[in-house]
Amino acid sequence: MYSCSDLKKGLKLMVDGEPHVIVAFDFTKPGKGQALYKCKLRNMITGSLFDRTYRSGESFEPASLEDRDMQYLYQDETGYVFMDQKTFEQVTLTEETLGDDKYFLIDNMDVKVLMFGDRAIGITLPNFVNLKVTQTDPWVKGDTAAGNNKPATVETGYSLQVPSFVEEGDLIQIDTRTGAYNTRVKE
Amino acid sequence: MAEPNWRLAGKRAKLIERARIMQMIRAFFIDHGYLEVETPHRVPGNAPEAYIEPETSGNWFLHTSPELAMKRLLAAGYERLFQICRCWRSAERGRRHLPEFTLLEWYRAQVDYTALMTECEQLLTGLVPSGSLTRQGHTIDITPPWERLTVAEAFQRYTDTTPHRALSDDRFDEVISDEIEPRLGFDTPVFLIEYPAELAALARKKPDNHRVAERFELYIAGLEIANAFSELTDVEEQRARFAREDEQRRSSGHPPYPSPEKFLNEMVYMPPAAGIALGVDRLIMLLTGAAEIDEVVAFTPEDL
Repeated sequence: MYSCSDLKKGLKLMVDGEPHVIVAFDFTKPGKGQALYKCKLRNMITGSLFDRTYRSGESFEPASLEDRDMQYLYQDETGYVFMDQKTFEQVTLTEETLGDDKYFLIDNMDVKVLMFGDRAIGITLPNFVNLKVTQTDPWVKGDTAAGNNKPATVETGYSLQVPSFVEEGDLIQIDTRTGAYNTRVKE
Repeated sequence: MAEPNWRLAGKRAKLIERARIMQMIRAFFIDHGYLEVETPHRVPGNAPEAYIEPETSGNWFLHTSPELAMKRLLAAGYERLFQICRCWRSAERGRRHLPEFTLLEWYRAQVDYTALMTECEQLLTGLVPSGSLTRQGHTIDITPPWERLTVAEAFQRYTDTTPHRALSDDRFDEVISDEIEPRLGFDTPVFLIEYPAELAALARKKPDNHRVAERFELYIAGLEIANAFSELTDVEEQRARFAREDEQRRSSGHPPYPSPEKFLNEMVYMPPAAGIALGVDRLIMLLTGAAEIDEVVAFTPEDL
């Protein structure tokens, strides 16, 4: 069982008998009062979103989900296709189900596909992926401030903020849990 | 990693602002005749509070606020005191919460909580020379006097319940947090005043109405900035309240606090006084337009 102190963005738990994932989380505590744990939950089957506030002392059942090791194959008109390397069984996930995870998929990447019974409802990516920068403004001569940033787009169409010294063609490492730039990578 | 920490470097502008604001706060209190003090951060015990968890440090604790030590100074005859220090509250982490954060506390003898409202107005007026702040598309006029709104009035204005009913339903904190707080202080700062006596903690009850305490919270743009009291000076009542807080802790499975006997013994000599704790990180969020508390500190626990 989870307690309130385990709650965080990304945690998967059972709510009203169905698996849910916390998509936004905030802790708050008014005045000298009780701690409140505010969650935005997504039903992992229907996709519907709703808000719930929990208080210290409540407990939660982890979502009964199974992770299966699979490889990402390709995208077709029905969605994104993954294959179990042992059984050769294939599953397809829709663009809607994958959400922003679709931006971090690279052909032949190993991922964990989340199964609720025999239904594929999501994926778990590696924590870091390396993607090539396809568009960003050139580095401005004289801009030496280490903290400056600018927008960039990577090969999968994903946009993010990067340090000003990152150039087009650079390979960068992105943290898939936050979607944020992590570091440059040498090829 | 071969690269410098880009996110940390990107905080430079906010950290420069932070340092400047700290100096201005210090100057304000020194100009107003306050003595800056430093009290120990590692203490044998904190004031018992039902919902505040201290961090342990060996057999002792890190302080959750410098309140007890500063009141001992008041009792010893120091009349105007301020302190800016780190405090620790276990497991408090959110967009507006850090488990290690900076508090500004000040205490003044011979006044009640209304004097602190005036000082809050003066402090902010000095920190915001333009006279207004912007947050979430709202312009907040800082010009004093600010609105004084009783808790009862706030419930009447923004909810379909009363403070009394919310307390008996054990929903008071939720109503404040969900229905009232997000609407407070978007035109001008608001003092939410006269908390129910059950939520007095270390505050004095209002002499002409014992159902409420002389306590206020300052809200600006939905952010809770400060908590203030006319201080309780009745030692027997303080003992009873500490015992009640400890009982509440025990019944919800938390360890009791050691009783702060030295404070209670010296409290007899405390003059009438008022005291206030102001969240410095949140104030800096407001003054610099930061959306999250993480933006105004160099390091969060997750960075360490």
